[in-house]
Amino acid sequence: MADENNGKNGKVGLVDRVKDDIQAMKVDIPAKAKEQIEGLKDPTKTQVYTSIFRHKHDDTPRNRALGVLSNVFLHLHPAKINRDAVRYSYTWGMGGITFFLFIILTYTGVLLMFYYHPSKVQAFRDVLYLEHDVPFGKILRNMHRWAAHLMVIGVWLHMFRVFLTGSYKKPREFNWNIGVLLLVFTLLLSFTGYLLPDDQLGFWAVTVGTNMARATPLLGHEGPFGSMLGMTPYNDVRFGLLGGSIVDANALLRSYIWHCIGIPIVASILMIVHFWRVRKDGGISGPAPVMLEAEADKQRRGPKAAGE
Amino acid sequence: MDWRQLWEICSAPDNVPIVGLIPLLCFYIYLAWKQAHANDQLIAQLEGDAALAKTHHRKTWPFKPGWQKEVHVWPFLLRIEFLAAIIVTIILMVWSITLNAPLEEPANPNLTMNPAKAPWYFLGLQEMLVYFDPWIAGVVMPTMIIVGLMVIPYIDTNPLGSGYYTWKQRKFSIGTFLFGFIILWVAMIIIGTFIRGPGWQWFWPGQTWDHNRLIYEVNRDLPDIFGITSNMAKALFGAIVVGGYYLLGGFLVYSLFRRYMAKDFKRMSLLQFSITQFLLLTMVALPLKMGLRLLWHIKYVWITPWFNV
Repeated sequence: MADENNGKNGKVGLVDRVKDDIQAMKVDIPAKAKEQIEGLKDPTKTQVYTSIFRHKHDDTPRNRALGVLSNVFLHLHPAKINRDAVRYSYTWGMGGITFFLFIILTYTGVLLMFYYHPSKVQAFRDVLYLEHDVPFGKILRNMHRWAAHLMVIGVWLHMFRVFLTGSYKKPREFNWNIGVLLLVFTLLLSFTGYLLPDDQLGFWAVTVGTNMARATPLLGHEGPFGSMLGMTPYNDVRFGLLGGSIVDANALLRSYIWHCIGIPIVASILMIVHFWRVRKDGGISGPAPVMLEAEADKQRRGPKAAGE
Repeated sequence: MDWRQLWEICSAPDNVPIVGLIPLLCFYIYLAWKQAHANDQLIAQLEGDAALAKTHHRKTWPFKPGWQKEVHVWPFLLRIEFLAAIIVTIILMVWSITLNAPLEEPANPNLTMNPAKAPWYFLGLQEMLVYFDPWIAGVVMPTMIIVGLMVIPYIDTNPLGSGYYTWKQRKFSIGTFLFGFIILWVAMIIIGTFIRGPGWQWFWPGQTWDHNRLIYEVNRDLPDIFGITSNMAKALFGAIVVGGYYLLGGFLVYSLFRRYMAKDFKRMSLLQFSITQFLLLTMVALPLKMGLRLLWHIKYVWITPWFNV
């Protein structure tokens, strides 16, 4: 419009230009606002939305599959599984619950680390402070403790189910081994955390636990052939665990570092391998069709047939 | 009957997981047994009816030809996972609100806790300390448990029972695992938690923990019973007894396998069979040694200047 006016008069004053812009604005802005509102009625068409979600959300088989496959957290799952594989009576869901508890433990553990110093002077006071002064500190510590116990139980039940369904058999032998290592690391995670409140309970539990290490054959000073190999309380495997000959400041620091950094990293790496192998070995083991005695020595079913 | 004592033990915060573990285990064993029983019945039916075996879908759950064999993970699996996460969170929240994590007095090396107990999941190992020296109970046995668990897939040559619950097709492996897990691991934890009191002495549930109780037990060593006195003879004698246990036990395992598990034995290589034999005998050695101690007060079987068994 402004251009047309320019063409007619050749010369236009500042006031006219402003008037003209105001006129145009009265039309443009409501039009754009209307457009905006129309657009908001279907947010899935906005650029922000489509940049995040790469597929539509209509309930079609394709979108159901894409919902899993295009999500970094969910793509651990296949798009489809055997109709019976979702039966709780078969799976018990203990592996997933254990992993969920690990996430809770990481979350509460990081929060606890903000309030805790791994030193003899402060450790116990920090726990008292956490219990009585930190907002929600008590429930934070309780959740961490009980989730740890639940995780131990979850791992045992998961292993029990895997054994009872013979799921360690070919082709899943290796993954069973990773699982056994994860069991060990779960117990070690729990055990290293036991000392951290620096109270009588943790102190004596860890004393009892690490006293066994001095009886290690060859490597402990009280173990068979230990003293012959020059083992003393100051150089044997127990000394290495505690960073000293008694459970003291170094032991507290060591157990803190193993508990918060060392073992979680190793366990996380093993978990990645464990989950990845579940998929690579053909998904969850069953419920598989039952096999008859006569078929036992015939060609074994491959991972595909036994799994998904 | 000291109910307060019983309540104190059962309600100690760190013992609550074990109190919870017992019904959980019962429930899951029941769940597994129910399915194993149903599968075994189906297997028996199919074994007897070759025509049905060819057409049957081989599961105890219903299936009709028109039905889809697979379902989408979204929503059919993810909703279960989501529900499980919510339920676990709720349980954990309620538990954390109602029960406080234990916190004793500050660590004091001069004041020994009596009883000084390991965390509950290691109490089975601590209970083993009664019957074995620490190098066996605390180091060798745990290592054997871990190694033993890891070799299971490589020594179990039975191809049946992969991916479904069954008892009749895997009696030996399931029986052994139940024995190891329920009797030797969980039951020992329960003993360590609920039965062992001050001085690691045996207190029946409901019996008052008496910190001054002393038990005068005269433990003997096996060589003493046979009147062996010299160190050399004791070491030799023990070596013969332990060696003899593994040799005779090994022969017994062989003859039982050959007779009652002929098919599995045929599938096993010599290495697989010897590892199975060794692990089995080592596992059985634990209750045997417990029996020796409890029935005949025998402490050591094999005495040498360097180690005792």
